[in-house]
Amino acid sequence: MMLIECPHCGPRDENEFRYGGQAGVSYRPEDTSDEEWAGYVFLRDNPKGWFHERWFHVHGCRTWFSVERHTLTHEIRKAP
Amino acid sequence: MTRLARGGLVDRSVTLSFSFDGRPMEGHPGDTLASALLANGVRVVGHSVGFGRPRGVFSAGPEEPNALIRVGADPMLAATTVELYDGLEAWSLRGKGRVDLDAHDDRRCDKGYLHCDVLVVGGGPAGLAAALGAGAAGARVILVDDQPRLGGDLLNSRVRLDGAPALDWVALVRARLRSMADVRVFSRTTAIGYYDHNYVVAVERRPRGERLWHLRAGRVVLATGAHERSLAFPGNDRPGVMLASAARTYANRYGVRPGRRAVVFACADSGYEAARDLLAAGVEIAAVVDPRPRGLALDGVEVLAGQVVTGTTADAGGLLTGVLAGDRSFEADLLAVAGGWNPAVHLFSQSQGRTGFDEDLQAFVPRASAQGERSAGACAGRYGTPEAIEDGYTAGHQAATPMSEGGGSRVPESEGDSSRVPEGGFHVPVSDEPAPRPPAALWLVEQGSGDHSFADLHRDVTVADLARAAGTGMRSVEHVKRYTTAGTGADQGKTSGAVVVGVMSALLGAAPGQVGTTTYRPPYTPVSFATLAGRDRGTLSDPVRTTAPHASHVARGAVFEDVGQWKRPRYFPREGETMEQAVLRECHAARTAVAAMDASTLGKIDIRGADAGEFLDRIYTNMYSTLRVGSCRYGVMCTADGMVFDDGTTARLADDHYLMTTTTGNAAPVLDWLEEWRQTEWPDLDVSFTSVTDHWATVAVAGPHAREIIQVVAPGALDLAFMTYAGTDVLGVPGRVFRISFSGELAYEVNVPWWYGRSLWDTVLDLGAVPYGTETMHVLRAEKGFAIVGQETDGTVTPQDLGMSWLVSKRKPDFVGKRSHTRPDTARADRKHLVGLLTDDPAAFVEEGAQLVLRMYVGGDAPVPMLGHVTSSYPSAALGRSFSLAMARDVAVGDRLVAVSGETSVPVTVVEPVFYDPGNTRRDGRQAMPAFSGVMGECRRRSPAEAYAARFAAAGSERVRLREVPFERMWEVRGSDPGTGLRLGPDWWLVTGDVQAGESWVDVSGQRTVLELTGPGALDILITGCPIDLHPSVFPGHAQTLLGKTTVLLEKIPDGYRIYVRSSFASYVSEWLLSATEG
Ligand SMILES: [Zn+2]
Repeated sequence: MMLIECPHCGPRDENEFRYGGQAGVSYRPEDTSDEEWAGYVFLRDNPKGWFHERWFHVHGCRTWFSVERHTLTHEIRKAP
Repeated sequence: MTRLARGGLVDRSVTLSFSFDGRPMEGHPGDTLASALLANGVRVVGHSVGFGRPRGVFSAGPEEPNALIRVGADPMLAATTVELYDGLEAWSLRGKGRVDLDAHDDRRCDKGYLHCDVLVVGGGPAGLAAALGAGAAGARVILVDDQPRLGGDLLNSRVRLDGAPALDWVALVRARLRSMADVRVFSRTTAIGYYDHNYVVAVERRPRGERLWHLRAGRVVLATGAHERSLAFPGNDRPGVMLASAARTYANRYGVRPGRRAVVFACADSGYEAARDLLAAGVEIAAVVDPRPRGLALDGVEVLAGQVVTGTTADAGGLLTGVLAGDRSFEADLLAVAGGWNPAVHLFSQSQGRTGFDEDLQAFVPRASAQGERSAGACAGRYGTPEAIEDGYTAGHQAATPMSEGGGSRVPESEGDSSRVPEGGFHVPVSDEPAPRPPAALWLVEQGSGDHSFADLHRDVTVADLARAAGTGMRSVEHVKRYTTAGTGADQGKTSGAVVVGVMSALLGAAPGQVGTTTYRPPYTPVSFATLAGRDRGTLSDPVRTTAPHASHVARGAVFEDVGQWKRPRYFPREGETMEQAVLRECHAARTAVAAMDASTLGKIDIRGADAGEFLDRIYTNMYSTLRVGSCRYGVMCTADGMVFDDGTTARLADDHYLMTTTTGNAAPVLDWLEEWRQTEWPDLDVSFTSVTDHWATVAVAGPHAREIIQVVAPGALDLAFMTYAGTDVLGVPGRVFRISFSGELAYEVNVPWWYGRSLWDTVLDLGAVPYGTETMHVLRAEKGFAIVGQETDGTVTPQDLGMSWLVSKRKPDFVGKRSHTRPDTARADRKHLVGLLTDDPAAFVEEGAQLVLRMYVGGDAPVPMLGHVTSSYPSAALGRSFSLAMARDVAVGDRLVAVSGETSVPVTVVEPVFYDPGNTRRDGRQAMPAFSGVMGECRRRSPAEAYAARFAAAGSERVRLREVPFERMWEVRGSDPGTGLRLGPDWWLVTGDVQAGESWVDVSGQRTVLELTGPGALDILITGCPIDLHPSVFPGHAQTLLGKTTVLLEKIPDGYRIYVRSSFASYVSEWLLSATEG
């Protein structure tokens, strides 16, 4: 059970949150090729190592925020 | 009897009666079942799983591979871990347990959440000193230890510290720990799992049932000690062969003589300690066999240095009678094996720490930590009592005063810093133990075939088995484990792991460090499912959400179905009716008269802000910014891949104010979805969302005579046009009425605040509406060809596939999903689309899920092209026949297909998916109305927790009181700080009480029910279900978090807590609290 630091509520157990996948993937529907659009809809990075990702404090303050998590060790640090 | 006349920690003044395999026996408080069995002369405690060989008690702890027994409903326990109690009935097993489904289990298990600065695992010398070191530094400390009393191996030994019995020192430390307010000590509590971010799970054994502790620690000190190991030699499994430390434990701690005449196999010096202790207990020592070149002198005992045990002899029953050492033979009924020690690195390894092989200790020891953790004492390979105490104190003190800052919970300790002298003037006692010499690097005595040289006693894995594995080319211990099953037994390799590694290293000619260990996985000791479930069983296994009229539905005999966590009436059978009969009758009422459904479970989201219309335009496929105030519009929303996500009706209540309805199952996901887009993509939009699902109770009134109900309950809504809305009094209470229809009939959705929902429902039925459930709702909508999200759709269906192109705006620049509708896959012509089906035989019926194929393929060879599947299928009262909806490709109206389900094939024909009233001629219902002559029902406010008042009062005690807080108005406020209330989020407040509401405040008075838990025991109740740190030094006064399995708002009040719970969860939380007060 990871301990995730919500920027509003402080550290809470992982099961108070909903996972939001990779951070920094912007919605840009205009002027995209089919291939670029498929990339937005279907493709995400899956690194072994540090990953910039989103979390939603669904059972608390309902804030979306981003952190960096190490996918191997689960170390979590503030996103730059 | 082999009980000694004196000595040990058992209370001989009290006799406990128990039975083993039906034989009556006696023991004493302080005994384990194993020690009591030995005291009663029981040498065979069971038979092995593979060969059925007799086996005896082998160890004195949780690593026991042999003495597995059944006790009551527990199918398999290690007798070495079961505390003896009066009346205990134990039964022997052959290696594995069997669940007795008829066994009565009246245990009451529970769980609990605790937080601390420093968690210490293990109450031996290192752990006690660590707790002291951390506590003295002012830290919040938790110490867990698996034994009934503190002391660890000091309980089992005759070591003296500072010239006094070691337990005097233990008593001194225990007294000091007791004097520290923030130090909690849990005995009989086994840490079973070490997870991410210093999350440790422990099982506390209580007489009435286990408690599963979830412990979150800033730093963890592991002081888990070490396990003695055996080694592989012929006949090493005979009853009478026992770990030397166990033999010493039975003599010293339990006052039991484990044999009359013993041979000690001393690969490590601890064998000599055991020999001395056994001598003191009156056991004759025939010889000490020491593989090392030099032995130690032992008074009057023959020591065979440079020798090994090469075999054992047994009597006809398999019991040990003698020990062979080369050409020597010794008569003996006890062989005490001191194979060396393995630091108990299980939890360390679970924490993802890395172990390494220590050549001096001939054992795997912790190397690099992966979390904020430090191993101390024997589990770090630091043997010797003073060394462990000093190491523990230093570790505890350092854990309480971490030097490095900002590292979160995963700062590895630097290695090798344990040589520091403990701070704070702590005195390390002096012991009388001799310094141990390195053990023999011996794992295997190669003698004979290896068929009776056991590596894993529980799984009956022999050296011959391991040799076969090596012979097939296996080199990895992970492969060997899976091939031979070594290490997969009840003890999970605690006694066999090192032996397997050692034997493999001997077989492969590789160093043990190169062979490595298998992965250590939780749980450290077996945990019953009952323990994991705790109180989350029966009605509490999953929250049950109920609507305001729920009790009325129950009284009316409704048959419920689960929709998400909701209980929804599926149908309301009358006396003797089947479901089909009831549904046909309910449908008939809705089509010809008037019927009513409890629609309170539909998600309701209050949407406000200057940009609310713009936001909805971007979320829905159709337009909302142009919707007239007072009007409703049906909409579909898609995910970014263009697939239908949810649907529902949204009304515009004011220029900057909408009310969205969602499907029952998607209420929470849709709210999350809106929040995600607003916060992460469009933060510049002025819009906010408030769930009012539990604030409004909704009754759908449908049928040509619906106006006759409306004129009584909501006369202000009588003249509503189709797809319009009125804020109007309902039974004299401010409510909302929407004229929308999901059946094609004249229909209204009447909303009142939740607490009036039951009155509204009962009144509507008193006025003559026939109650109907979800099944009838499904039939009515299907007759009209209305798709249901999750029934016709499955995440691969676009609005166009559903025939809803008319609902997809061509004018809007964008909406979520639009770009995907022009992707080649979503735009292709041969996609499955919604069609209707009629069976050729009107009396035939097609199963939902049936596959559609062309008739020409029936009876032919596979493969058969699958054209689609049936999504909905019902008998219809209005049509007088069955009908179906389906998703299918490459079919057109008039096509003749076969619906195949299991062994049945039903011929069907494709038709338009609207079966009833395609011209929408019925939705205005009957205009002419008889004059109303009835009596308008009383509209009474009822709390969702009303039924619990008496039980709350009865559950009160000096420790804890429970009550519901009387009704108060509540609002949720978004945006700017209202200057009052509880802050729930960065720009989100809850305001309660008698205040003047702001204009944009959302009335949520019905949304939550407030329960109050007070008294000195309130905190003890909350920690059984609330995972956050409620310690007064940490808890901010209020927080939204979890309680049991639902979200609550928790507010600290002077004598306890207020628990704000969603009204539909009020029953669940009430039951949960009542169950918690039962202790
Ligand atoms: Zn939060």
